Amino acid sequence: MTAVAEAAPAHLGVTQVRAIDSEWIKFRSLRSTWWSIGVALLISIGLGVLFSYLRGYDIAHHGGFEPDQTELSLRGFYLAQLAVGVLGVLFITGEYSTGMIRATLSAVPKRVPVWVAKIVVFAAVIFLITLIAAFIAFLSGQAVLSGYHVHGAFLSAKGGIAFTTDPGVGARHSLGVSISYPGAVRAIFGAALYMVGVGLLGLGCGFLVRNAGGAIAALFGLLLVLPLLAQALPASLQEHVSKYLPLLAGTAGMTTQRVPDRLAPWAGLGVFALYVVAALGAGLYVLRRRDA
Amino acid sequence: MGRCLAWIIVIEAFDLTKRYGEKVAVDGLSFVVQPGVVTGFLGPNGAGKSTTMRMLLGLDRPTSGTATINGRGYDELRAPLCEVGALLEARAVHTGRSARNHLLALAATHGIGRRRVDEVLDLVGLTHVAGKRAGGFSLGMGQRLGIASALLGDPHTLILDEPVNGLDPEGILWIRTLLRSLAAEGRTVFVSSHLMSEMALTATHLIVVGQGRLIADASVAELTAASGQKVVRVRTEEAPRLRDLLAADGVSVTSTERDLLLVTGLTSAEVGRVAADARIALVELVAQQPSLEEAFMELTRDAVEFGTPMEEVAS
Repeated sequence: MTAVAEAAPAHLGVTQVRAIDSEWIKFRSLRSTWWSIGVALLISIGLGVLFSYLRGYDIAHHGGFEPDQTELSLRGFYLAQLAVGVLGVLFITGEYSTGMIRATLSAVPKRVPVWVAKIVVFAAVIFLITLIAAFIAFLSGQAVLSGYHVHGAFLSAKGGIAFTTDPGVGARHSLGVSISYPGAVRAIFGAALYMVGVGLLGLGCGFLVRNAGGAIAALFGLLLVLPLLAQALPASLQEHVSKYLPLLAGTAGMTTQRVPDRLAPWAGLGVFALYVVAALGAGLYVLRRRDA
Repeated sequence: MGRCLAWIIVIEAFDLTKRYGEKVAVDGLSFVVQPGVVTGFLGPNGAGKSTTMRMLLGLDRPTSGTATINGRGYDELRAPLCEVGALLEARAVHTGRSARNHLLALAATHGIGRRRVDEVLDLVGLTHVAGKRAGGFSLGMGQRLGIASALLGDPHTLILDEPVNGLDPEGILWIRTLLRSLAAEGRTVFVSSHLMSEMALTATHLIVVGQGRLIADASVAELTAASGQKVVRVRTEEAPRLRDLLAADGVSVTSTERDLLLVTGLTSAEVGRVAADARIALVELVAQQPSLEEAFMELTRDAVEFGTPMEEVAS
């Protein structure tokens, strides 16, 4: 059987850039994508403002200790990670549950370009959106905190800053910090990078187990249940283990103050990145090995 | 950004085997699909047809053997959508995405333009619902969207798994007409079915499988001619007397009605002569061509996996 007549025209065919373009169309053409992102924005900014208001009010009236005002205004991301993580999971498991994956792999039969395209699209979009959200959360949170004034701030033995309402101690100043505060910009980028990481961890779990329920359970088992289990360890061991777990390691990037039992910001993000790489790597292995 | 030009593709399976644990779904299957005709891929449910097609498309990995499109594995094709269009039995569309966006996403992987997307939507008659979510589509509309995806790259070869399954009569007619027109354009069409009658209407060549093994690879005409002995149907008032006269070695006569005989082992001319010599008046004398359906049942009788072959293949 000699069969070749003529090749498909040279300008048509699969490339990595086209695979990315296709994944971008897929990502943005689902309503659930924008719902998840909307919820993540609302939670991260809204809760940041709410926490700032509640803490600011409390400290201004009763004095107190706040280790990290920057992190305070970014605390909404602890909840927003749920929406971002689920979005990452659904980006791939939605294809398996609906059968779309067969259309995807019929169009792009090599697995690596599909895997790369999903990562690139998800990481780029989520980084951009959560970075903007983190700036807004920080600026609005600090604006709220700036409405509260305290007297005298001194470094607390616990590593943070303690405030008092006693007018005799130090000068009167605002509770909020500015964007030029040491580490503030890094913490904002850290929040966005953590969100990207959580989403990619979800994507990796999704590639690995192919089923939304299982992948979401695996993701939040890693993030939220692991730290609880670690508390069962003897105290001497716990302090060495806990800081390396994904949640504590990843969120270290959102802090501006060193806390003794946490990793330094970039070290924490680095450790977190290892989890992400491991999950995505395992996901790629399964994508290439198992029947679609 | 136009359409892909024509390829002539030959689908080839060589010693293709797929095992799931202990169970062998496809067992040393070898065949070649000829270009430019409709080839039916026929077998009872569970015969390994879908698994074979999935291996051809690189979705499932063969345990051993090869499945190639024009001598290359599917994953080595530079522009697969332009070479092979596929419609798989199960739906392959995200329910939350509109028909147009689904096609745009697939087209984007190859750099196929928006114009071609609108063309195929028009071709399958989905233009008016192109912006609607595919999850709300009826089975027939879903199948049309699947066909639109398969035609997106204007491929010369189409692989269709049970395209009429579950469709209403209108949908079935539409698919049949489409298959014929695609073949008339000179495309290679490889279409699976568990319904012989469906294949009889569209295919010119048949690859018959049962329990993952090749049972027959022949043209529809050859398959009909080769199957079983011809039966002569005789109707007469004097059936018992004729029956006695016909009795001989190598001749068998059966009867389902009082005045009807079904004779095998003799031609209609021989039966007519015996009746004429005995001055028996005949009401009816017909040489019956076995139907394709019967040929198929004959072939797959031993290869049906789960009991009751009659129901399975004839439903």
